[in-house]
Amino acid sequence: MTNDLATRAKKLTRQYFGRAISLYAPLYISNYCDNHCLYCGFSRRHDISRKKLSAQEIEKECQTLAKTGLQNILILTGESRLQSPVSYIKEAVLVAGKYFPNISLEIYPLETKEYCELFLAGADGVTIYQETYDREVYKQLHPAGKKRDYDYRYQAPEKIAQAGMRHLSLGILLGLADWREDLKALFEHLRYLEKKYPGVEYSLSFPRLQKVAGDTNDYQPISDQVMLSIIATTRLMFPRVGINLSTRESAQFRDQILEFGVTKLSAGSSTRVGGYNDNEGTGQFTINDERSLVEVKEMLTKKGYDPVITDWRQIGNE
Amino acid sequence: MDKPFIIAGKELKSRFLLGTGKFGSKEILRDTIIQSGTEAVTVALRRIDLNLNEENILFYIPKDIILLTNTSGARNAKEAIRIARLAREAGYGNWIKIEVINDCKYLLPDNAETIKATEVLAGEGFIILPYMHPDLYAARALVKAGAAAVMPLGSLIGSNLGLEMKMMIKILINEIDEVPIIVDAGIGVPVHAAQAMELGADAILVNTAVATAADPAKTAKAFAEAVISGRAAYLSKTANQSFMASASSPLTGYLHDQ
Repeated sequence: MTNDLATRAKKLTRQYFGRAISLYAPLYISNYCDNHCLYCGFSRRHDISRKKLSAQEIEKECQTLAKTGLQNILILTGESRLQSPVSYIKEAVLVAGKYFPNISLEIYPLETKEYCELFLAGADGVTIYQETYDREVYKQLHPAGKKRDYDYRYQAPEKIAQAGMRHLSLGILLGLADWREDLKALFEHLRYLEKKYPGVEYSLSFPRLQKVAGDTNDYQPISDQVMLSIIATTRLMFPRVGINLSTRESAQFRDQILEFGVTKLSAGSSTRVGGYNDNEGTGQFTINDERSLVEVKEMLTKKGYDPVITDWRQIGNE
Repeated sequence: MDKPFIIAGKELKSRFLLGTGKFGSKEILRDTIIQSGTEAVTVALRRIDLNLNEENILFYIPKDIILLTNTSGARNAKEAIRIARLAREAGYGNWIKIEVINDCKYLLPDNAETIKATEVLAGEGFIILPYMHPDLYAARALVKAGAAAVMPLGSLIGSNLGLEMKMMIKILINEIDEVPIIVDAGIGVPVHAAQAMELGADAILVNTAVATAADPAKTAKAFAEAVISGRAAYLSKTANQSFMASASSPLTGYLHDQ
C-alpha cells in the first residue's frame, strides 16, 4: 500500500468524522448456539459450559457496565432461536434501555417483523456479518445449522433496514477466504444497501480470525499491513461509513491504526456471558486489548481525539 | 449603517454561528467559541450527556451563548418533533435547529419533512431554524410555517466545497425578506464565508472547517473576520453584478406583432 493511500484515508476520516471516536462495549447474554461454524469458540461442536442470563442477571450486568460510564452497548447472543427467542432478546433490550441510551444487537438473522419488534422495544442498530462471501468456503465452514444457508444470512441486512433500524453493521471475518474477493463482495453488498436504504447509518468491521483450540483448518494469515490497506481502502471508497475495531486487536495496533479510518472502538470489554460480574467461562474470542474504558479514553485524549460516550438518546421508536 | 441581525426578536452582534461537532476536545471547543466571538452555537441533542459530569458538552458552552439544539439523527418530521420536545423537556430551551436527513451518504436535508416539523414545532412555541436545501418554494413554505430563519446549505455537509448552491441561495436572498438567511454547510475556508456574506446572506454557520483545522480557535476567528468583511462589502455595494433574468421572448416581440 502506498503512503499516499494512507494519507488520503487519514484526511478523509478527519474531514468526515473530525476528532471524534465512539466507544461501546459488548454485552454477551447467551452463548447457546445451534451453528457448527468451524472457526468459532461458541460453536455447538465445542463442549463448553453454556449459559444464558436471566432478566435479573442481565440487569446486574447492565448496572456494572453502566457504572463505568459507557452508554453505547451491543447485546450479543449465540445463534439459537430455541434458547434465545425474540421474546428473550426483547426483554434484554427493555432491561438495558433503563441504563443505556443506545442499544445495538448482534444476534441470529430474524424476519423483518421480528426486527421491527426489537426496534420498537428500543434497539437502534443491528450487527450481522456474512463472515465470507465465498460461497464454497462458506459451505465448508458451516457444515450444519441454520447458518449454513448463505442466502438467508445475506438477506438479513435488508430485513434489518426494512424494519426501520438506524444503524447497520456488516463485516467479514478476515482469514476465512481471499480477503480481496471478500472485500469486493462486501463493498458490493454495502453499495446495494446504501442505494436501497439511504437513511441507514452503515458501519463495517474487519475482525481477524483467531484460531480456537481443536480447529485444524488452514486459514489465511492477515498481516497488520493488510489490515491497514483494508481500512484505508474502505475509507476511500466510503468516506462517511463507520469503521469499527474490536478488542481482539492489540492495544498497540489499535492505537497505531486508529487515524487511518477507524471511528468506533470497543473498550473495557468482556466476551464472556455474564463477564462483567463473573470471571468464569469461555469468551467468544480472546481479548488482546484489556484496557478499561478510562484507559482507552486517556489514550484517545492524548492522541487529540474526543472520546464520544453519548451518541444517541432513545426517542421512542415508532 | 447596518441593520441589526435579529432572530426571533433577539439581536446578535456576531453573524458567525458555530457547530460543535468533530472537535478534538471540549476545552478546544470552549476556547474556539470564546475567541470567535460567536453568540450562537448548535449542539446535537444526541451528543448531550444525560449525566451532569465533566463530559457534558453543555459545561463547555459559556452561559450567554444561545444554544441551538439540533435534531441530528432525525430521519423524518415525527422524529425531529420528538427530539425537539425532548430537548425542551430536558431544559435546553426552545431554540431548535431542525435537521431532517434520510440519506446518510450525502446528508441532504429532506425539505418536505422539514416543513412538516417546522409547522408543528413553531405552533408549539419553538424558535425554529431549519436546515434546508435552497429551494425557493420550500423557503417560502418554511416562512409560512413559522420558521425564525432559513438555513440553506452552501454545499454538502462536511464537504468544504463552498457555495456550490450560489445561484439558488441568491434567489432566496432576493425573495425571502421576512426572516434571516443563514448559510450553513459546506463553508470550507474563510473566503467562502465572505462570498456568502457579499451575496447578501445574513449570517454563516461553520463547523467542520473549524473543528478539523490544526488550530480551531484561530480558524474560527478568521471565519468571523471574513464574515465581517463580506458583510461590509455587501453593504458598500462593491459588486455590480446583474442578477436579472433575460426573457427568451422579449416583450418587444409583442410590440412588433401589434
